[in-house]
Amino acid sequence: MRVVIRHQKREVEVAGRRRVRDLLAELGVNPETVLVIRGTQLLTHDVQVGEDDTIELRPVVSGGEA
Amino acid sequence: MRCRKCGGAASVEIRRHHTAFCNEHFTEFFDRQVERAIEGERMFTRDDRVLVVVSGGKDSLALWDVLRRLGYQATGLHINLGIGEYSQESQRKAEAYAAGQGAELLIADIPGEFGMNVEEFARATGRVSCSACGLSKRYLFNRVALDLGFPVVATGHNLDDEAAVLLGNLLHWQTEYLARQAPVLSGGEPHLVKKVKPFYRTAERETAAYAVIRGIDYIVEECPNSVGAKSLLYKEALNLLEQAAPGTKQSLYWGFLEHAQRFRAVDDPALRACVHCGQPTTSEVCAFCRMTERAAERMRIRKGSPEASAPLAGAGRQGQTR
Repeated sequence: MRVVIRHQKREVEVAGRRRVRDLLAELGVNPETVLVIRGTQLLTHDVQVGEDDTIELRPVVSGGEA
Repeated sequence: MRCRKCGGAASVEIRRHHTAFCNEHFTEFFDRQVERAIEGERMFTRDDRVLVVVSGGKDSLALWDVLRRLGYQATGLHINLGIGEYSQESQRKAEAYAAGQGAELLIADIPGEFGMNVEEFARATGRVSCSACGLSKRYLFNRVALDLGFPVVATGHNLDDEAAVLLGNLLHWQTEYLARQAPVLSGGEPHLVKKVKPFYRTAERETAAYAVIRGIDYIVEECPNSVGAKSLLYKEALNLLEQAAPGTKQSLYWGFLEHAQRFRAVDDPALRACVHCGQPTTSEVCAFCRMTERAAERMRIRKGSPEASAPLAGAGRQGQTR
């Protein structure tokens, strides 16, 4: 599957099916810091994602002062 | 994972509440959290005109959207900070949302009004960019609200933002800041508009989820100047704790609010009107005017001409907001 990691401005190819939580662990991404999106649908961490999927990891953390 | 309400496929898990929801019922949950914040803290009512500070990011656009959906009179204010393409794209997002929803959006343009951007303000005063930016935004939204008669300004600060600020204040025992950290900062003083944070109950991940579910097109990229910001370090630390112990951020910040009166004994210095712009300040000239004056001086020196820059502080008070 193709994984688009928005905050790192990179894409990675990951082989095989796995749960979202395992995918994040493999990529070293804290689940608290991203939304996982397939198409327009948000995925919970127990969902299985597969070979043909394109998955977006969208950061949720904003910084700075206001 | 199933939605707690309807049993359908869940889209958002909320670990701190040991629950999950589908899109429809997450939105319902989210609305309820926002309503509880607004009503519980007496932020404003549906009779009040609310000025929502809209950066173009997820939190502020989500806030504007949810307030409008819930029937509040919410007008957007975008402050263009002049940070290159990032600011242009941010403004485009705010304008696109406004156009799509038929919502009223005001624009305050810092480079247009002051002849320089917040990065130049920062360089001139030795502040970090985020500090110059925050000062500029607070100054401008207060001024616009006063000029246009808005009784209250709402910002998109969420639970994570507040927890990170709190952690920073605690690490350095900034008691004067602890005394002033609250979901509602009531105006009270002349020329100081009430400021509220209706998202103080909702986590950053939840506001982002709301924005995605609602199909809001927000700027995902971070401000280039926020790289290395302390607030991001504090958030990273808190998210590590949250991952291991869900509810840590909520417990930290909501717990603080229960004990916040312990820090209320600190006397707030009396406010008076800045001699240049009339905005509230504790000294003769407000921090924003001091910053813009110093930046103008620096620009004059750089250009080698005393006339190179127009007088800035307080100039164009009425003209640059549309």
